[in-house]
Amino acid sequence: MWIINWLEKIIENPEEMKKTKKFFLIFGIVLVIVDVVIHIPALHLVHIYFFWDWIPGFSSLYGFISTYLIIVISKWIGHAFLMKPENYYD
Amino acid sequence: MIDLWIHPGFLFFLAAAILPFVKAQWKSIFKLIVPCVGFLALLIVSHGSHGVLPLMGQQEMIFGRVDKLSLVFGYVITIATLIGMVFSLHVKNDKEHMAGLIYAGAALGTVFAGDLLTLFLFWEIMAFSSAMLVFYAPWKNSEVVGMRYLYVHIFGGLLLLAGIFLYIGETGEIAFNALPKEGLAPMLILAGFLLNAAVPPFSAWLPDAYPEATITGVVFMSALTTKTAVYVLLRGFSGTELLVPLGVFMALYGVVYAVIENDIRRLLAYHIISQVGYMVAGAGMGSQMAVNGATSHAFAHILYKGLLMMGMSSVMLMTGRRKLTDLGGLYKYMPWTFMFYMVGGFAISGFPFFSGFVSKSMVISAASELHRPWVAMLLTLASAGTFLHTGLKLPYYVFFWKDWDQKKIKAIDPPKNMLWGMGLAAFACTFIGVFPGALYQALPFESDYHPYTWGHVIGAYQILLLTAVGFFLLLKKLDPEVTISVDTDWTYRKAIKGFTWFINKPVVVYETYITEVYKKAIIEPTKKLSRLGWSVDTWVFDGLVNAAGWVTLLESKISEMFDMHIIDKSLNKLPAMIGGSAKRLRKIQTGAIQNYIMAMVMGVVIIAVVSFIYY
Repeated sequence: MWIINWLEKIIENPEEMKKTKKFFLIFGIVLVIVDVVIHIPALHLVHIYFFWDWIPGFSSLYGFISTYLIIVISKWIGHAFLMKPENYYD
Repeated sequence: MIDLWIHPGFLFFLAAAILPFVKAQWKSIFKLIVPCVGFLALLIVSHGSHGVLPLMGQQEMIFGRVDKLSLVFGYVITIATLIGMVFSLHVKNDKEHMAGLIYAGAALGTVFAGDLLTLFLFWEIMAFSSAMLVFYAPWKNSEVVGMRYLYVHIFGGLLLLAGIFLYIGETGEIAFNALPKEGLAPMLILAGFLLNAAVPPFSAWLPDAYPEATITGVVFMSALTTKTAVYVLLRGFSGTELLVPLGVFMALYGVVYAVIENDIRRLLAYHIISQVGYMVAGAGMGSQMAVNGATSHAFAHILYKGLLMMGMSSVMLMTGRRKLTDLGGLYKYMPWTFMFYMVGGFAISGFPFFSGFVSKSMVISAASELHRPWVAMLLTLASAGTFLHTGLKLPYYVFFWKDWDQKKIKAIDPPKNMLWGMGLAAFACTFIGVFPGALYQALPFESDYHPYTWGHVIGAYQILLLTAVGFFLLLKKLDPEVTISVDTDWTYRKAIKGFTWFINKPVVVYETYITEVYKKAIIEPTKKLSRLGWSVDTWVFDGLVNAAGWVTLLESKISEMFDMHIIDKSLNKLPAMIGGSAKRLRKIQTGAIQNYIMAMVMGVVIIAVVSFIYY
């Protein structure tokens, strides 16, 4: 299957990995540029509910902060209270 | 339109009853045709009340309340049943299919119930038939887990029943429509509903039981119980403010547990709680758009969560492993499973052009439209969490990460029918994403909602991309750990342990203590006294008062006899009695309680029936 072969190539070849990373970097930059463009008020492309809807690229920032908070806080709660050895109930 | 009403639930019950008698070569076809017929029956049915049973002259039991809300849930339940049947075709044990059909039939019965009594009837059938899917599982603790699952649902059922009777007593109505938002009776009914919707703290049964269900049974479980609960919440408690914070809390609760969970199917189970949170919040907000959003999210969720569960069940079946720490590197060996799983992962994460995007964004937009910034913000945060662990963490640690040692355990794609099941679900997830109109026109309210706006699509891609960036940056922190997570089931799992401990330790200690006290305070002094008497006898008065001595000797003998036979024995009896009652208590705790609960439920049902007939 071509998808699997393609994935294998990326994973096992550092050169390909670099290219992939570069692709996603460019993709991200393009997204933010498009976001800036669609936020031009005259175009009426973005529906404004809250103040942050005015900020181009806000979703990127929020996505990153969310991920960071989720991982750090969940792991902290887990280690502090919730995670127990597997034989806990035995 | 022809006014023909075939209740798909009864159709499924009937099919379950005749399934064992179908000839072997027809069985597969039979299993596939039944859900298809059920779906077609729903396509041709007309709106209104069908299957109405008069009760006590004035009230009516309605088995078929057909409107847009019940129909859309009916559609997706029959579709999920079809997918579940395809996925489980290779299973030889008919009982599993029968349980699946009865379970789905009961879910349909609940959805189409127009009154509270019919609702309760199917609600209970659902609990018992779904428990079977846990009991039939081959893992070593399935039976214990199944019992726990059943207890919790019986408890929920009793709350519901108590609420229903109080409600009927107060209003004289049995019809199930929007219920009042305050008062004891509706609150009890709501508690019963919330338990099935897995709202914390009533949620622990779900991640406890689902991962222990059979390989194929989990597809039914992840589709039916929580989503029928969402339906009844939409029907009965739409616009109840309490549901909004509860739903948001659930969405985050599931995310936290999913981050720390090591069992692949339990991780997905926690994630059901998170996803149902969106629906509960949607029901709580209660605007037309929110109800539409909750409904479409339930629809989409049944399909993609079924797909994800099928993917992880396949991994579990083919490798015999279920922990993230034991898996990795499977993408080359189970390529189809991997790809279908990823479609489910994209769908649940809300990638544009997959089903989650067109439903989740509707709930969040509804929150924005009602000017609830916190709800919108926190649900968006939870959706980043969704992609983080269902779309990134789980596939990364199962399909990539370390190399799979193919020599040690051979892993290949599962049987064809399982792949077909996943393929069907993957098709449905993509289809809804590309043609959301097909789903939107089935929603309870007219909607002019457009998911594919520039703002939505670009925003979604930004969140997804940066979530992925965050994931790879913090990868080391996310490595799975060999642990289990305590949840609110701690209360009843540890409480049982505590009870056993109480029986074993303090009671036993108490009985030895009592024995000791009696020995020291009564038996030994008596013995000493008698011995003293005996010695005084022999050494001082010996020869002088032989007769008196003999009498005393006799007396002391008697006193000793009394000692040994009466006091000792009765003292031995006491601990034995305590021990015996301890044993009996222990027995109650390990199994007989199900009989009590069954008896209670049966008793209540009988009283209900009798009082309805004579009252």
